[in-house]
Amino acid sequence: MTDAVLDNETPPPETMKGRSLWDDARRRLMRNPAAVASLYVVAVLVLLAVFGPMLWVHPTDAIFRESVGIAPTLDNWHILGTDTEGRDMVARTLFGLRISLLVGFAATAVALTIGVAYGAIAGFIGGFLDEAMMRFVDVLYAIPFIFFVIVLMTVFQFDDPIMNLIFIFMAIGAVEWLTMSRIVRGQTISLRRKEFVEAARAAGARPMEIVFRHIVPNVLGPVVVFATLNIPVIILAESFLSFIGLGVQEPLASLGSLLARGKDQLQAPWMLITPAVTMLVTLLALNFLGDGLRDALDPKER
Amino acid sequence: MLAQTIRRLIVAVPTLLAIITACFFLMHAAPGGPFTKERQVPPAIEARLEAKFGLDLPVHEQLMRYLSGLARGDLGPSMVYKDKTVGDIIAEGAPTSAILGISAMALALLIGGGLGIMAALRQNQAQDYVVMALAIAGVCLPPLVVGPIVQLVFGVQLQILPTGGLYRDEFGLRYLVLPVFTLALPLIAIISRLMRASMIETLRSNAIRTARAKGLPEAQVILRHALPIALLPIVSYVGPALAGVMAGSFVIETVFQLPGIGKQFVLAAGQRDYTLVMGVVLVYSVLIILFNLAADLMYRVLDPRARAT
Repeated sequence: MTDAVLDNETPPPETMKGRSLWDDARRRLMRNPAAVASLYVVAVLVLLAVFGPMLWVHPTDAIFRESVGIAPTLDNWHILGTDTEGRDMVARTLFGLRISLLVGFAATAVALTIGVAYGAIAGFIGGFLDEAMMRFVDVLYAIPFIFFVIVLMTVFQFDDPIMNLIFIFMAIGAVEWLTMSRIVRGQTISLRRKEFVEAARAAGARPMEIVFRHIVPNVLGPVVVFATLNIPVIILAESFLSFIGLGVQEPLASLGSLLARGKDQLQAPWMLITPAVTMLVTLLALNFLGDGLRDALDPKER
Repeated sequence: MLAQTIRRLIVAVPTLLAIITACFFLMHAAPGGPFTKERQVPPAIEARLEAKFGLDLPVHEQLMRYLSGLARGDLGPSMVYKDKTVGDIIAEGAPTSAILGISAMALALLIGGGLGIMAALRQNQAQDYVVMALAIAGVCLPPLVVGPIVQLVFGVQLQILPTGGLYRDEFGLRYLVLPVFTLALPLIAIISRLMRASMIETLRSNAIRTARAKGLPEAQVILRHALPIALLPIVSYVGPALAGVMAGSFVIETVFQLPGIGKQFVLAAGQRDYTLVMGVVLVYSVLIILFNLAADLMYRVLDPRARAT
């Protein structure tokens, strides 16, 4: 590792223990203050999203008829006000954050699964199959993905909000795997002639075993970076869908649907500012974390 | 070069056909049609409506009808606005969307390019850090969030700019300030980063050292010698980015209530106006393919090295 030469501020390890790529990456990440800070922010946001709605004094869908659309106040703990239906804004925003993060992570997981499998298979098998699979990706690439999501969401509308939510991240995930498959394919092609693949084949591993046991673990670095940077993109996409009324439906809320409601109630600015700030913090933290991971996992890129 | 252009255009045809077919079958897989309303129309009327739009034919015949219409430049009738064709509706929205997109891109190139060059010339000084901090923040300022906030600040609190709508007759420009700014913001951020990186690299090249050694004034070195080279990555960015601008304009047109194509697409999607949705997807796909092609051609014109390959 050339990195051992470069970083002369850390003393050489006492025992000569081999350092893995991931150990190196973690050390580099921890030395990047912006990435560390955003790591903490993301952790706090995830904790808020998971436990916040349970712990906050007001339930998510409680309606306070005597205090509808009130500005932030200390009375009865409406510290960020209530919306025009009389629901507490803190509770709504925490819940919206939960749904937005859920969609971000789940849709990324869908995109990851499809993209990694597709790219690894195309790259490993190569030849005509690779050519055909990648031309298909090129065709899909020609359209901004939000079109396809909108078309999908137009075509399939579910009455049950939970089914609808599941469909949202299936739909977003199903169109967001393209870049992932390209990255993985490129990496796979550069790996498939390597000695360890040769060795696995000599040991009698079947092709699919080689792809998923030997190649996929070795392409995870760029995949992790891309996935992290992809989460904010997906959160935005979901927000946009909810914003135009094709996304999550009441009584569920996401940051996007809260923004849409806030935008229509400009006389009650706290309804806009709370989700907007939450959204900005989330996007900034995830982007900085992704950038930090990229620098940590792939020092050449700097 | 001409041969290559033609080849690219020919390759685009199957791509478009695939897009049309995919959208077409998706739309037809949908449960419920455009005439499924809460108020049930009598079956006889529904049958006549379906016959008028050809919905009673087998799916492959409908596709053939649609494709033969396309070949004649006919995008079909809108299923919701009974008196208009899809072509009419897109033509109505196109000027607004075009003005919005082009002015946002122009603004982003001017400001982003300018900031990027300034940062590159003052590399690792205060100005550089300020520009780069702005660029990082700008990438994370999506129109979806910025739009409503600038409406709140400039439209409602300060009351100096209209929050939306478009009135071309009187002071039309004022209505464009907020949407164009909001759309341009992330572009400014990306372009200034690209411009800075590419300018720094160019300034280190032999060509620039030669120009300086000849004793040319610094302004001439930057503007005449470095800028054309440094602009190359920007050119290849702008083509695909215009596609992004168009997708972004969905948000802008919805937030600011502008009657562009994006707004109509969003409305059409909500009303399940299949032919209109298809028409818009098609028009955008064609535009994206053309923009990418144009960017490639521009690149070849600007960079003699790319022509050899």
